[in-house]
Amino acid sequence: MSEKKIDEVSGMETTGHDWDGIGELNSPLPRWWVWTYYLTILWAIGYWIAMPAWPLVSDYTRGMLGYSQRAQLSDQIAAVKAGQAELIARTAKASVADIKGNAELLEFALAGGRSAYAVNCVQCHGSGASGASGYPNLNDDDWLWGGTVEQIQATIQYGIRSEHDETRANEMPAFGRDEILNPQQVDEVSDYVMALSQNPDLAKTLPGKALYKEYCVDCHGAGGMGNQELGAPKLSDGIWLHEGGKPVVVDVITNSRSGMMPAWVNRLDAVTVKQLAVYVHSLGGGK
Amino acid sequence: MTTAEQKETPLDNIESVETVDVEALNTRVTGALYKKREKIFPRRVRGTFRSLKWLVMTITLAIYYLTPWLRWDRGGEAPDQAILIDIPARRFYFFFIEIWPQEIYYITGILVIAALALFLFTSVAGRIWCGYSCPQTVWVDLFLIIERFIEGDRNARIRLEKARWSLSKIAKRVAKHAIWLVIATLTGGAWVFYFADAPTLLVDLFTLQADEIAYITVAVLTATTYTFGGMAREQVCTYMCPWPRIQSAMIDEESLIISYQKHRGEPRGRGARREGLGDCVSCNQCVVVCPMGIDIRDGMQLECISCALCVDACNGIMDKTGKPRGLIGYNILANLDTGNALQRGRLRLLRPRTIMYGGLIAVVGAIMLAALVSRPTLELNLQRDRNPLFVSLSNGDIRNGYTLKILNKIHQTRHYRLQLDGLPGATVKVIGRDDGAARFTVKADRLASFRVLISTAKANLKSETTDITLRILDQADGTSAGNDTVFRGPHK
Repeated sequence: MSEKKIDEVSGMETTGHDWDGIGELNSPLPRWWVWTYYLTILWAIGYWIAMPAWPLVSDYTRGMLGYSQRAQLSDQIAAVKAGQAELIARTAKASVADIKGNAELLEFALAGGRSAYAVNCVQCHGSGASGASGYPNLNDDDWLWGGTVEQIQATIQYGIRSEHDETRANEMPAFGRDEILNPQQVDEVSDYVMALSQNPDLAKTLPGKALYKEYCVDCHGAGGMGNQELGAPKLSDGIWLHEGGKPVVVDVITNSRSGMMPAWVNRLDAVTVKQLAVYVHSLGGGK
Repeated sequence: MTTAEQKETPLDNIESVETVDVEALNTRVTGALYKKREKIFPRRVRGTFRSLKWLVMTITLAIYYLTPWLRWDRGGEAPDQAILIDIPARRFYFFFIEIWPQEIYYITGILVIAALALFLFTSVAGRIWCGYSCPQTVWVDLFLIIERFIEGDRNARIRLEKARWSLSKIAKRVAKHAIWLVIATLTGGAWVFYFADAPTLLVDLFTLQADEIAYITVAVLTATTYTFGGMAREQVCTYMCPWPRIQSAMIDEESLIISYQKHRGEPRGRGARREGLGDCVSCNQCVVVCPMGIDIRDGMQLECISCALCVDACNGIMDKTGKPRGLIGYNILANLDTGNALQRGRLRLLRPRTIMYGGLIAVVGAIMLAALVSRPTLELNLQRDRNPLFVSLSNGDIRNGYTLKILNKIHQTRHYRLQLDGLPGATVKVIGRDDGAARFTVKADRLASFRVLISTAKANLKSETTDITLRILDQADGTSAGNDTVFRGPHK
């Protein structure tokens, strides 16, 4: 293979490996070092036998110890859940108002509500709960169906226009499409509705006022105050469920728009719904 | 007395010097790429440096074993252990210093200073860390005391090693390893006391109430202490530790190293007639006392831990032969070239290297001291809501949300009042406080998080962003902590 020789400068023997005249001095390793290396190989083989190791076509070698990170995680989650059992039991018995009044339950509800919100609600209402066009902003104090913690709880439980029997539901007529109002009238009412939030004094003088009194006031109330019993939005506050601006108002009056929210009572347990209600109420707009 | 005179005087008491036939372990070999470990049987030696090493050993072991038992009253419910690394509670206690997780840079600073000190000591005095205070050295010494006590000194140990297995050999070996294991267990056992209240943990350990991790730690450290201190010994220094390889960059020709005065000792030789011979009588005592099994007369070597035991051994021989001490001794490389013995005052302590290391230690130390002295006992961390940036309310007001994290580092429950500057006429609401007061309560030694909503009329906002300052005031002693932030509104 190679020829060992004595290095002239150091007087030491070389390993015999030679790279274009560059050799390596032989400083022998202790033998136990090699044995340690073999031991690590043995350890690896033992590891394959004891622990999950090799991927197979549709499975993997599971190892004799039956270790599984997934099982370990389930155990840890179960342990945490068991630790929460007392708080969960107390939350189950308490009303949402009671939870708000109890510092310990409130803290638990806010933490639980935050994580439940992140899983179930962000898809529509956004991660900061600021909503989007057609999906209400939950931070402000403008509520379609009421902003007390009980009302929020009911909305989450039964949803809006959901399949549940007790769902919150309403329907605004498509005034333009169904030819209740002609386009000229729709335009006049839209001007009036826009003025309610932008210039209330001007609104009183607009021709749309009479049409509003005839067609809109039953639900949206005098001066656009809204009606939470019916889920009729407040029109006088400059906060719009859909984007603001006259073209959108014209479109809504002409064609009507309606969103949908599922009944979470069918999907989440009562404790989680309570926690969500308390959490949403705490975002800032709760009454 | 000149050298010429010395060489002519025959050594009449040379018989009293025991000569040993022994070769250094790192003598150059030919042949195999691996070699079997040769056991070392260091002989006992007496002398200045051995006494110094006993002293250092006693002090370092005492520090290690006793420190966790020191008490320090911090008041309140805080632990009263002087040095405690409380991992579950994320606190580090060191006498009057208390460190929270975000202050981990104090520990970084301590480690930086420790590393620089190691560099400084090495550049001045070579591997004194290795020779005197490294735990490996201290524990090997401790294990050697036991070995010597049970099996005898070097010659007896070599005889025992070569002897056939007999009842008495088994008894000696069992006794030695049993005591080693006890020491190893005590070493591992002492370690865990730094991480929990020592008296409580001691009881828990014996009543099997302690955490699983405590037993695992004790077991692992028992195994490593026993293996490294009892079995591996010099192998740890030569083959495992990176320090011998780094140190060559730390020393220069002015650094103290253990060295042999070649010009005085050579040519070495045995016998009473010294004509043509140096002071070295080839007794090999320096080799047999060496815990690394090397021959210091071969010059500076990777294996040498600078323990100075060969100095003691050689000085003993020089005393017997009536020659001056210091044939083997501390010296600097520069002197080895010129052949001078180390003289007092010749050691140049002030060199660019030592000044740099010393200066860096001073700088890092000053920064840490300043940080420590000015360490606040109250901190306010502020996080502005970014999603949404602001909320329009139905009455036209604009609202911003903030998360306040208040760090109360005092061992007392404290109450704070919130003060808002920069936005007159704004209303402040704390979530979870129905009485409308902008007040917070934080328990002793805790961090608490609060959500605060600030609202103001749109007319109060002059621009899209308004600079504001949130400040919390401790109502008990007037301490305050504040942070600047902004209040955002719609585009103007």
